[in-house]
Amino acid sequence: MTALASSVAPDTLQDYLAEQEAKPLLRFITCGSVDDGKSTLIGRLLYDTKLIFDDQLATLERDSARHGTAGEEIDFALLLDGLEAEREQGITIDVAYRYFATAERRFIVADSPGHEEYTRNMATGASTADLAVVLVDARQGILRQTRRHAYIASLLGIRHIVLAVNKIDLVGYDEAVFADIAGEFRRFAGDLGFATITPIPMSARHGDNVTTNSARMPWYAGPTLLGHLETVQLAGEDLGRPFRMPVQLVTRPDQDFRGFAGQIASGRIAVGDSIVVAKSGRTSVVKALVTADGDLSSASEGQAVTIVLSDEIDISRGDMLATPNDRPQLADQFMAHLVWFSTEPMMPGRSYILRTETDSISATVTGLKYQVDINTFSHEAAKSLHMNEIGVCNIATQAPIAFDSYKDNRTTGNFVLIDRLTNATVGAGMIDHPLRRATNVQWQALDIDQNARAALKHQKPAVLWLTGYSGAGKSTIANMLEKLLHASGRHTYVLDGDNVRHGLNRDLGFTPEDRVENIRRIAEVARLMTQAGLIVIVSAISPFRSERRMARDLFSDGEFIEVFVDTPLEECAKRDPKGLYKKAMAGELQNFTGISSPYEQPEAPEIHLKTAGHDPGELAAQIEQYLAGR
Amino acid sequence: MSLTHLQRLEAEAIHIFREVAATASRPVMLYSIGKDSSVMLHLARKAFYPAKPPFPLLHVDTTWKFREMIAFRDQTVADLGLELIVHVNLDGLEQNIGPFTHGSSIHTHVMKTLGLRQALDKYGFDAAFGGARRDEEKSRAKERIFSFRNAQHAWDPKNQRPEMWKTYNTRVAPGESIRIFPLSNWTELDIWQYILKEEIPIVPLYFADRRPIVERDGMMIMVDDERMPLAEGEKAENRLVRFRTLGCYPLTGAIDSSATTVSDIVREMLTARTSERQGRLIDKDEAGSMEKKKREGYF
Repeated sequence: MTALASSVAPDTLQDYLAEQEAKPLLRFITCGSVDDGKSTLIGRLLYDTKLIFDDQLATLERDSARHGTAGEEIDFALLLDGLEAEREQGITIDVAYRYFATAERRFIVADSPGHEEYTRNMATGASTADLAVVLVDARQGILRQTRRHAYIASLLGIRHIVLAVNKIDLVGYDEAVFADIAGEFRRFAGDLGFATITPIPMSARHGDNVTTNSARMPWYAGPTLLGHLETVQLAGEDLGRPFRMPVQLVTRPDQDFRGFAGQIASGRIAVGDSIVVAKSGRTSVVKALVTADGDLSSASEGQAVTIVLSDEIDISRGDMLATPNDRPQLADQFMAHLVWFSTEPMMPGRSYILRTETDSISATVTGLKYQVDINTFSHEAAKSLHMNEIGVCNIATQAPIAFDSYKDNRTTGNFVLIDRLTNATVGAGMIDHPLRRATNVQWQALDIDQNARAALKHQKPAVLWLTGYSGAGKSTIANMLEKLLHASGRHTYVLDGDNVRHGLNRDLGFTPEDRVENIRRIAEVARLMTQAGLIVIVSAISPFRSERRMARDLFSDGEFIEVFVDTPLEECAKRDPKGLYKKAMAGELQNFTGISSPYEQPEAPEIHLKTAGHDPGELAAQIEQYLAGR
Repeated sequence: MSLTHLQRLEAEAIHIFREVAATASRPVMLYSIGKDSSVMLHLARKAFYPAKPPFPLLHVDTTWKFREMIAFRDQTVADLGLELIVHVNLDGLEQNIGPFTHGSSIHTHVMKTLGLRQALDKYGFDAAFGGARRDEEKSRAKERIFSFRNAQHAWDPKNQRPEMWKTYNTRVAPGESIRIFPLSNWTELDIWQYILKEEIPIVPLYFADRRPIVERDGMMIMVDDERMPLAEGEKAENRLVRFRTLGCYPLTGAIDSSATTVSDIVREMLTARTSERQGRLIDKDEAGSMEKKKREGYF
């Protein structure tokens, strides 16, 4: 900016600014393995394009002397590594965003970390980028992280790759080294679907081929990095794509105005166009496109507008407005690629919150089809996904959501998964396609419903969910409680964890994955039974908070009653009615709750039964009292 | 038609504002009266048009702001008919905490950081908009648009939530909160160009005028009221200056300038050789100073 500016005459300021504003934008990331010189490269790019202010340069020179890893010279990485921990350790932990412009284009660059541990931060940077500069240390060649980052870049829809073969000075500017690395990269990345792969030999530290052609590599006739970034052909916005607008909120300042606010994800819309509401299938016509700068006659991809329709139809946040001729998918089951971020592994059957741009809903991974091996890109069977692993899975949501395939639309085809308890973002997904069974299996509406069935029985259906250690007394209390209820004419059923494992769940073991599925099935059966009007008593260890939460979410408010049968572990082990603790402590039983597998205590159970000093009859009566008081 | 650069930034900010309004239970906008706050307020009004922004403004007043800032603040909320909450850390006031007596570091911590934490707790805000930009400072360049804070208002820079696409995770547990920065991707020049294009009102201190100036530690400090102690022989001198950023007057350095219009300022910006935070004393207290403040709950 500064370099160009000094020549601006006062009267041409408006023209100059208009020209600046109209420049196309390229968003790119730098990625690759640790110590390949990513931060140094961006620092060099900013320095050579004269985009570093004097006071920043002074600070940099001071910092280089103190923390620098470049000897006497300026350590450009320190321009980017802004966190204390990064400067101390000389590594990049999180993405840094930098903004610059040249005569041709504007750029937003995300400098992403190389450590495998921080893959989530690299993915963060990649999710909004059009191009990736993958760095390779010329001495090291292609590494595991090179492949991982190239794969994630392709998965997230990045179309252009620059293979920056860096530190070429340290291999004597050797053409053969460059050609070998470029060849190897092309061989494995050939199938990843990039539109362009451009290898460039460079030295970020000395500036060779970064912004100016290097005299030290006469054998290289290609572009410099900056030259390529300025000229690479961008797809741009394709306004021919079907119209999509996820609804962010309904604007209703008074009785007379009702508008649907959102940012257009793709396509174009004009006043008078027909639209369809994705979830309900209702159609209407656009009456006005409202913005604070006046009503528009049409709007297109990227614009934030408020749409007013001709008809009063029900639309809320999470829905999507679309063109009726080419509608988004509407399904509650789909296949997706999933990148896992959390130290807690992804478990099929566990319930997560799935968030699309504006929709939020309970979801479970119903099946992990395979995991992708980062080195060979081959498909491997897997039972769960660990941190930084990538897999393809089937996902089921509690109700249908509107979406497109990620390859058709990066905005309407993405989602994140959120942990229900910690609210952490644990995974990110790219939808491939809806599952056939989702589109063909419909809900059959029944005329007799839960209320009708319950009325006939003169009772209010409920689930009493007894959780606690093995041997805590759950089954005994459940049995006594049922007798009490039965005697007073209630229609009940006890779902006992052990009994269910003899039939419905006989295929499940005791690994964390199987425990999750075990609870899911019990919860679903309990739901069917309450719909039949019954009072269901579940007796199951159910050790994980997430699954108890998932079970709770299947029921309406007040219907799910969590009963914590609180008997200390030592007491349970002493009682040991089935001899299981003895076996577990001898190491004969794997994954035994309390011994070799965790029990997460309920934080706010409706009923907390401290069993010490009370007999089971008293405790059962306590539950009955709670029920009667409802 | 392809969007221009400023249109893209504007649409992005509007989208962010709406996401927060739709998901937070009690949002608030931190209003610090500077140019970034002015732009942020302008965008908030656009985001919800024809409705008003569904949240109040919060000004954490250190009691050391330029008088012109306070006048501008009151005029703005009156003109626009918005709700403004002004919070002052009364404990700090009682202890007479001030930049001249306690130094910039303690003053900022007590009156700004602690004051902000008090206000957020008092009103139970779970989402707060701030006008910070990533181009301002190195640790800010690392921060997410939706920046999560624990119940102690602390930022954990080593463990930020992934922020994929513009699919934001807005969920927090009771007591926790999110700071949201709709201007993350704007540069200082973008801000000025937008002010020029949209004719957004700003505090007159941004424009050059003759002001009473004393030079201290290489910075030109304006004598805004009688609380500024002058050393013997020290005398305020009228100089033609303006401010590039605004904060507490004893901590904010002026620059020599004759720019009296927004066009002049943009032209000046185009040839600037120093960054805007150079005029802010509080950034230089110690190395990694901004990150430290942010971890403690500063914006």
